[in-house]
Amino acid sequence: MKNKKLLSLPYLIWMIGFTVIPLILILWYGFVDSTGAFTWDNILAIFRSEHLKPLGISLALSAASTVLCLLIGYPLALILRKAHIKKSGLIIFVFILPMWMNFLLRTYAWLNLLDDGGLILNIAQALGFRGNIVGTNGAILLGMVYNYLPFMILPLHNSISAIDDNVLNAARDLGANETQVNTRVILPLSVPGIISGVTMVFVPSLTTFVISDILGGRKVLLIGNIIEQEFSTASNWNLGSGLSLILMVFILISMAILNRYDKEGSTLA
Amino acid sequence: MKEKTLITLEHISKSFDGEMVLDDLCLDIHENEFVTLLGPSGCGKTTTLRIIGGFVTPDKGKVLFEGNDITNLPPYQRELNTVFQKYALFPNMSIAENIAFGLKIKKKSKEYINDKIKYALKLVNLEGYENRRPEILSGGQQQRIAIARAIVNEPKVLLLDEPLGALDLKLRQDMQYELIRLKNELGITFIYVTHDQEEALTMSDKIVVMNQGYIQQMGTPEKIYNEPENAFVADFVGDSNIVDAVFLRDELVEIFGAKFPCVDKGFGKNKPVDVVIRPEDIDLLEPGKGSLDGVVTHIIFKGVHYEMEVRTPDGFEWLVHSTDMFPVGTPVSIHVDPFDIQIMNKPQSEDEEAIGVEE
Repeated sequence: MKNKKLLSLPYLIWMIGFTVIPLILILWYGFVDSTGAFTWDNILAIFRSEHLKPLGISLALSAASTVLCLLIGYPLALILRKAHIKKSGLIIFVFILPMWMNFLLRTYAWLNLLDDGGLILNIAQALGFRGNIVGTNGAILLGMVYNYLPFMILPLHNSISAIDDNVLNAARDLGANETQVNTRVILPLSVPGIISGVTMVFVPSLTTFVISDILGGRKVLLIGNIIEQEFSTASNWNLGSGLSLILMVFILISMAILNRYDKEGSTLA
Repeated sequence: MKEKTLITLEHISKSFDGEMVLDDLCLDIHENEFVTLLGPSGCGKTTTLRIIGGFVTPDKGKVLFEGNDITNLPPYQRELNTVFQKYALFPNMSIAENIAFGLKIKKKSKEYINDKIKYALKLVNLEGYENRRPEILSGGQQQRIAIARAIVNEPKVLLLDEPLGALDLKLRQDMQYELIRLKNELGITFIYVTHDQEEALTMSDKIVVMNQGYIQQMGTPEKIYNEPENAFVADFVGDSNIVDAVFLRDELVEIFGAKFPCVDKGFGKNKPVDVVIRPEDIDLLEPGKGSLDGVVTHIIFKGVHYEMEVRTPDGFEWLVHSTDMFPVGTPVSIHVDPFDIQIMNKPQSEDEEAIGVEE
């Protein structure tokens, strides 16, 4: 018994050192000013337009990237369920392959493709497109979907391929056609996969600053960029912490909504 | 009573990955019959059931339902329902929602559905379970819900794929009586798949014994047990002694040099045959008083009876069930009543032997 407790010690130290203490520090910095006196200013700063607008764009883009990943990932997971096990393994492998490359490299590769003289921009211009791709919301959205799609596909694939064939056959036997099997049985049974996929795409999309840095061409600022600037160039840790706390609240709200849907989903007829 | 044919399987063949599972199978199933497909694993019984259910399409042959060809009809358009081996309840739905699934798809009214749920739960003795979740029920309860879920759709045929396989012995026996009762109350056709010969004998109106994709014998439980047509059926259904013998003439057979009077006729003269004698049909007498002398070599107490092995001079070990106890080493003599000796033709070729007897 004592030995078992001892085994958990490294994790405990890890959790306290790298999760609990930093969180407390952020809480502390967020609620004090540069002199160390208590203040609401860092929190209320979110209502200033230079912060409110990036937050709005961040929320909109991360919601859009989540929906897009879901729309791409769900049909794929359905196809993979029906595919031969060897084939589905290969397809999953191909989708995960880009993750073996560094995240920054991948995003810079997109910059090369989309920027002036880049292959994709050249093709678009040859087809009559005028203007830039880099520096638009669309470019950032593309970067988000490209980078986070595997995080949607994997949990969806796991939950959908785990559904017992007999359960689906039972539905067919009871009169359900393929559409009804999908909507009445597979969809509700895949809710846990949807939830973890949505979480794993929405949260990093909401907090990213690298994708917008590289593909935003300094024209699009997300809330992640604002926070990053406060910590680095502006050296205003108090404001950065305050805004981080706001972001955390949004993430907690989204989790709460998802969890409620999970419970409803599991009792859905 | 004139029996109406409900389902006809015509020359069905099916192979998976080049391996023949069913070969030219023909079968008629009548209305209100309890038909059991019985056989060892891999004999094709489950594939036959899945072909009837529409989950497997045969390579060759036709499935007729009330005279109409349904071979290529998807499962959801067939007027039959299946109870799956591992229940396959919808884990995300309550018991009531599980039972209502088929009716909701058919867009029945709420009142109708609620009445049906109540009726079905009463039928399977699980009243008041509407709002429970499948995972908290025992295996036997889940299986009864699976049955309830199927029968609310008023199928003409209920297909059951080893539904009691996952239950323990006592529960299995209780469920056997439940199924017989259900079949009688509902007045529909049951097609039941099992490898358990006792289950088959207990419940069926008709047993279809299958092996290696062929039907070995079809008939009432009594017929299958008392008059097996070949060594496989005799061996698979109940315990039996299968011995080489010579059919001397009508009503007389020679086993290991001893003459046994029997009731069979028409197997020819001095013809080699197989003889089946059930262990409970062997009487042990004092040495010299029966047809064949031997020595008890083994004895186990089985509750209702003793199971003994008796070695005769030719070296054959006879399986004997008796309520009398004969200790190991006791010299005895084997006696069998003429009508307890079942004569079977020997397989004609090696091919036929391969079909009939599983090594």
